[in-house]
Amino acid sequence: MRITKHPILGEDCEIELVTIFVDGKPIQAKKGEPIAAALLAAGIRKFRITPKDKNPRGIFCGIGRCTDCIMTVNGQPNVRTCITPVEEGMIIESQIGLGKWSDKE
Amino acid sequence: MKQGIKYTGTPSWEELESAPGRPSQQRLEKGPVAFIECVQEIPCNPCEKACPFQAITVASPITNLPRLNEEKCTGCGICIASCPGLAIFKIDLNYSPTTALVEFPYEYYPLPEEGEVVPCANRWGKFVAQGKVLKIKNPRTYDGTSTIAVEIPKAFYLDVRTICRKEDY
Amino acid sequence: MKEIQIAVIGAGPAGLAAAIELAKAQGNVTLFDENTKPGGQLFKQIHKFFGSSEHLAGTRGYNIGKQLLRETEKLGVNVILDAPVYAIYPDKTISYSHQNREQAIKAEKIILATGATENALAFPGSTLPGVMGAGAAQTMINVHRVLPGKKVLMIGSGNVGLIVSYQLLQAGADVVALIEAAPQIGGYGVHAAKIRRAGVPIYISHTIQKVMGKNEVVAAQIVQLDDNRQPIPGSEKILEVDTVCMAVGLSPLTELAWLMGCEFAYIPQLGGHIPKHNHNMETTVSGLYVAGDITGVEEASTAMEEGRLAGIACAQALGLYDQEKAHTLKKEIWNRLNTLRTGPFGKIRKFAKDELLKISREGTA
Repeated sequence: MRITKHPILGEDCEIELVTIFVDGKPIQAKKGEPIAAALLAAGIRKFRITPKDKNPRGIFCGIGRCTDCIMTVNGQPNVRTCITPVEEGMIIESQIGLGKWSDKE
Repeated sequence: MKQGIKYTGTPSWEELESAPGRPSQQRLEKGPVAFIECVQEIPCNPCEKACPFQAITVASPITNLPRLNEEKCTGCGICIASCPGLAIFKIDLNYSPTTALVEFPYEYYPLPEEGEVVPCANRWGKFVAQGKVLKIKNPRTYDGTSTIAVEIPKAFYLDVRTICRKEDY
Repeated sequence: MKEIQIAVIGAGPAGLAAAIELAKAQGNVTLFDENTKPGGQLFKQIHKFFGSSEHLAGTRGYNIGKQLLRETEKLGVNVILDAPVYAIYPDKTISYSHQNREQAIKAEKIILATGATENALAFPGSTLPGVMGAGAAQTMINVHRVLPGKKVLMIGSGNVGLIVSYQLLQAGADVVALIEAAPQIGGYGVHAAKIRRAGVPIYISHTIQKVMGKNEVVAAQIVQLDDNRQPIPGSEKILEVDTVCMAVGLSPLTELAWLMGCEFAYIPQLGGHIPKHNHNMETTVSGLYVAGDITGVEEASTAMEEGRLAGIACAQALGLYDQEKAHTLKKEIWNRLNTLRTGPFGKIRKFAKDELLKISREGTA
């Protein structure tokens, strides 16, 4: 959910949007925001499944330290989504376990 | 349950009574005046500089509680938005024969409108009485902190310290 | 290998302040940060800071950040962003990655201003999506303007827990409760009073037992603690929340100081293992300085002062300032630091800091 109006920060003026694809579904994201922010704004909180116990994980530290929020981005697994900015046409996939490199890479 | 700001998050009446920023009852009767609910010694002094009448003293060390000189205080309310802890209020006890005015800092969205009748709350966030919004100030110098003045039944001048937040975000 | 005069690692309040002081002294300073934007955690601080009105008190954190950035720009500090420093060697060679390339640079003096990281708490359900650090939630709402959830339980009543609760309310979320395991509120009363006025209940002597949910948080169970901090059976409460934030302290980020072979002291009140340092913020490794949360978790205001102090001491060591000038400048900063470390909250930190200086001087841990 986006915070469009804020008592201190005012109205959100950054309106340039890009389209990213999350598990095949197109999502509007704000240019330059981290992938994790775009996902939370779209109501997506489950980013990956752990290798052993198959448990869901989402963002935890939000500053690139804990690696809980990693996903497969443009075919590259283990990308920290909380500090990686979105780009037009980016392909983001929920990561299952350790993830796999796509053939393209 | 233990009372006091350390335990409840709300200053107890004993803490407020002994705070040097609290005006006397006689002064409250006389007209608008600041009511500084700063009861913990933290390093902070912007209120001292904000007052155009030198009615607030923190001095050295800056952990001193702010002291209100109630004779110098004109009740202008400029100090309200200067307090980073949002702990300064303004009271006009005799706004009318039956009502008092309470002015407080407010940093939520949306703001009410002047003239609107709104539910007012106490230090615990509990509804106390309906009040009428008299004035909303938000000049650039307040840096995002608005101050809202509400007119409330006189009996609640020591209770009302905010309005209930609007839920329609 | 490229050689530089001074490297400052970390562009938060301490690092920026250090770089500014060095640049003012005509030092040639390069500032490194792993993030794509400088400012550290300052840009998510949207509240007005405490402190002395002479030193930016009453100014909102992100505006202080903007001022520091303007100053670094004006002074021509070389800032390298998106550059995680992953190693420093005894000869002060710095290894970092930048634009997907590994690079190395050698510095005459180094200032570490790497900050701190949030602590985590483990309990059943603590790994569910929706459980996060309070700082993570703060970054999302104040920097990226995205709400991580609508109904929040906050764990921890230090200033971070209190301030982030307030800011979640400002962002339009509902803070269902704030719990604190200790029998009293840890942070400033004024911060607590703000959220109490907004109707947020604060439960002291309470802890979290578990978070429920399959794919994400749907509820949390809290329980009251007795005087020995043991759960009181029958006092359990289930709160309907979709988000649980942890504000249970911070730990200094000291990896680079360990790599350099600094001696450490263990000071729990300051967040754990801290590199020993003297009044000039110089560690036991000559020419290696520390400033900010790496020297003990405090606040942005003290971090900036420590940054200035390290910067001036470093400039003095390089001969950019004479003894007298440096002494005067350092004394002013120490006076301000001592002022910030007074009162019932500050004096605990002052005591711990003095202890650390003493241990560093006497060489015992």
